[in-house]
Amino acid sequence: MSYLEYSIRTVPSGPAKILHLNWALILLLGAVACTGFLMLYSVAGGDFARWAEPQAKRFALGLAVMFVVAMVPIHIWRNISALAYAAALILLLAVELFGSIGMGAQRWIDIGFMRLQPSELMKITLVMFLAAYYDWLDVDKVSHPLWVLVPVLIILVPVALVLVQPDLGTALLLLIGGAAVMFLAGVHLLYFAVVAAGGVGAVVAVMWSRGTDWQLLKDYQYRRIDTFLDPSTDPLGAGYHITQSKIALGSGGWTGRGFMEGTQSRLNFLPEKHTDFIFTTLAEEFGFVGAITLLVLYALVIVFCITSALKMRDRYSSLLVLGITVAFFLYFTINMAMVMGLAPVVGVPLPLVSYGGSAMLVILAGFGLVQSAHVHRPRSR
Amino acid sequence: MRRGEREIQKSVTGITRRTAMLGGAQASVMALLGWRMHQLQVDQAETFRLLAEENRINIRLLPPARGLIFDRNGVLLAGNEPNYRVTIVREDAGDVDLVLARFAEIVPLPEDEIEKLRREIFRRSPFVPITVAERLTWDQLSQVAVNAPALPGLTPEVGLSRIYPLDADFAHVVGYVGPVSDFDLQNIEDPDPLLQIPRFQIGKTGVEKQYEPELRGSAGTKRIEVNAAGRVMRELDRVEGRPGADVQLTLDYALQNYVEARLSGESAAAVVIEIATGDVLALGSAPSFDPNLFVRGISSTDFNGLLNDPYRPLACKAVQGTYPPGSTFKMVTALAALEDGLVAPDERVFCPGHLDLGNRRFHCWKRGGHGRMDLVDSLRESCDVYYYDICQRVGMDRISAMAQKLGLGVRHDLPINAVAEGLMPDRAWKERTRGEPWLIGDTLNASIGQGFLLASPVQLAVMAARLVSGRNVQPNMVRSVDGRPLDRPAPESLGFDPAHLTRIRQAMDAVVNQRSGTAYSARVVESEYRIGGKTGTSQVRNITAAERASGVVSNEDLPWERRDHALFVGYGPTESPRYAIAVVVEHGGGGSAVAAPIARDILLRVQYGEVPPLSAYPDYLRSRIAREQDELVLRAPVQPSRQSDRA
Repeated sequence: MSYLEYSIRTVPSGPAKILHLNWALILLLGAVACTGFLMLYSVAGGDFARWAEPQAKRFALGLAVMFVVAMVPIHIWRNISALAYAAALILLLAVELFGSIGMGAQRWIDIGFMRLQPSELMKITLVMFLAAYYDWLDVDKVSHPLWVLVPVLIILVPVALVLVQPDLGTALLLLIGGAAVMFLAGVHLLYFAVVAAGGVGAVVAVMWSRGTDWQLLKDYQYRRIDTFLDPSTDPLGAGYHITQSKIALGSGGWTGRGFMEGTQSRLNFLPEKHTDFIFTTLAEEFGFVGAITLLVLYALVIVFCITSALKMRDRYSSLLVLGITVAFFLYFTINMAMVMGLAPVVGVPLPLVSYGGSAMLVILAGFGLVQSAHVHRPRSR
Repeated sequence: MRRGEREIQKSVTGITRRTAMLGGAQASVMALLGWRMHQLQVDQAETFRLLAEENRINIRLLPPARGLIFDRNGVLLAGNEPNYRVTIVREDAGDVDLVLARFAEIVPLPEDEIEKLRREIFRRSPFVPITVAERLTWDQLSQVAVNAPALPGLTPEVGLSRIYPLDADFAHVVGYVGPVSDFDLQNIEDPDPLLQIPRFQIGKTGVEKQYEPELRGSAGTKRIEVNAAGRVMRELDRVEGRPGADVQLTLDYALQNYVEARLSGESAAAVVIEIATGDVLALGSAPSFDPNLFVRGISSTDFNGLLNDPYRPLACKAVQGTYPPGSTFKMVTALAALEDGLVAPDERVFCPGHLDLGNRRFHCWKRGGHGRMDLVDSLRESCDVYYYDICQRVGMDRISAMAQKLGLGVRHDLPINAVAEGLMPDRAWKERTRGEPWLIGDTLNASIGQGFLLASPVQLAVMAARLVSGRNVQPNMVRSVDGRPLDRPAPESLGFDPAHLTRIRQAMDAVVNQRSGTAYSARVVESEYRIGGKTGTSQVRNITAAERASGVVSNEDLPWERRDHALFVGYGPTESPRYAIAVVVEHGGGGSAVAAPIARDILLRVQYGEVPPLSAYPDYLRSRIAREQDELVLRAPVQPSRQSDRA
């Protein structure tokens, strides 16, 4: 059974589809990506070829992927959702098994022109599968314990696999992203309340057990928590980076020092200045105005996706689009919070801006799905 | 198949409602991010701009002072001395090569040293200070300071470096420190940030290594402001680290010095234990080496010299060396026989000089034989045949169990690397490791401490302490850590029959103090300082029948490494024993001629608390002893640098 009302008559076909793409969304994504090129050019000290050029090429490739994905009717994507999830799970299992034995703890698969991390792929396929699951399930059964258990398992299996890698950041993204789809599908709020209470309880237990005989974490793990709460306790480790990152951000002021004029973020004391910490460069050179502009661009992406999703009448499309939106939202909020000292340093890139191919491609493929749902949405006759 | 319109409507409403809730949450998260941006970039912009533009904050690690090591009286064994050095911070130096080249004009640096430094500098994070040169003179340090403008990124510093004021005396016990190696780092689960400091020194051997966590302390930090040129403007604040804890040993520096001096020239080890507490008072291993060489960076010539020396100066023979215990083991066989009631104390065995077992003949060391011997006689004169006889009744498993009860074949918990376990085999051991059955001949060899048996000097000293006291004496070398005395229960009784122990003690008394005893020449004539003990001479080669027929080659005619080991275990004073001792002289010859006099001198030294007076020695020896005492090179008394914990 399905909610999909797809018919040739109500949906554009052939080249006409291109006209029906969500062009405003594409322009927004382009604007965000261009901000990224600009910052990479600046961080490289005016060198276009170092980071900005490969990044631009990847963006072009990603756009192409997005168009191709958008052209494929959404019901086909729905039909292969389970398959895609299974494939990603097998790849994840494969790098887990072979990565540690044969390839020296490697977490990616070389697919010729780039390295693909199955955990990145899983971020999309998990949302796809969950959306397909709720598309199939009767609305009345959504909060039945048995039918809640199934998606919980669907989420926890890849989370566990990613967690043993160990990649806490990605595991969190998968967990929250999956939970968000369940929330949107209408699972009763009580479940979320219980999980939240359990989470709070676990945190309290972990902190209270410190120093007692039944201490739950190792000593060094507690020290990491200390470092997050008070960076000055580990001034040469992660705390150093947070302190320096805050100085760079704060010294930007209202309007910033001007393009290519940043000193703090260019100096070598910031690690990964072109990947996870690139936001500091933007904030230093363009100030509060620049930083808030990027935040608004991201917010607009979210708003456009949500309004598009709300117009869709079938469950698969709207849950898929909303789920991908939440994943994208998590990316940039966690990164910004981390750089501004509001969240621990977990290694999540700033989407479409940070240098790196795997994440960029997966994000744009995700937006391809969003576009596909948009193009093939039912229209009133 | 499609869902009904009603169901679709229900789904759409549900999703819309939940989207509104989630969207609200998202909006508030983004509002929080926006507020944080405002807070950092607008509200606190001035603060950060100042920090960023005029000055930069640098954070430097303050290495803690390493804990000190004292002897039992509070005399310093391992301390810290100021060390003038120069460090470089890459991000401040700009042109590293130029700076290094200029520095080399003040302090000569060889070309390959500079290359090594460069690699080190570019391997580490740009903000980590790297030591360029250390142990500079005050003049060199001042020159660097005066030329600071031409040497950006270089900082003259006063650090601390380890010094061992008693140099060779405690080399094996205290050990030494050295720079952290990659190998060390691999073995540490959660590396201390301190270990990332290049050339940070950690304990490599001995107490320095075994008490590393206590001695190291924890790092402090200081935040400093530097201007654009890298000059330090001011110190913002500093968090003091916790200095390492001091460790006090049970050893006595003066006794240790005497032991090392007395052993010098030999490849030997001696251990003195206080019987009542198990405190190790001296743990000598000769020859020794100067641990300060390792702290300063030992040259490869010196190091190879130490490595290739046949006397093995780097090994702590007192705990790491294992030797066949020889006749010093006979008390173990005897006590096993007595305790199991298999041999009466007064029972006599006839010694014709050998014992035939099947077609094999086991010889006594005395070719003509000892005649009729009881237990005390056999120990006094070290008759082998007596033990060949009784061991067949006792059996190897009982002997081995008794040996382990007395501390042989057991790894004692001492803060030294690679404490030897020795070997006290039983019948199962041979089956297991060699796949051959235990033969009765093996038992005969074992009964006189030969064959497979191996024991370290510290085990032999523990054996002596346990035999004399009948208590389960545990050796220990550390008295207190960080001023807190370690809690050690008094040794418990081992449950031996006191009559048997008395008999063994009588025999050990007789070994030294009766005319026919094997160590009579090592007797003490002052009655309150008299000592008892047992000699041992352990073969390191087999004597063939042909050799025996033509007369056994005497030790002096053999090459050094084939000569017998000389051993002595003993105690003193005989009236109320306080100290136990074991002496092993590798390839020294006879136990009575070589090891016993050393043990006597050390036991007298510990009882008198000073170099023993000549009146303690028999008349005929006094002129020789006086000469020997003159030749001993002893350290001048050292004042304790802190109060002892226990007055």
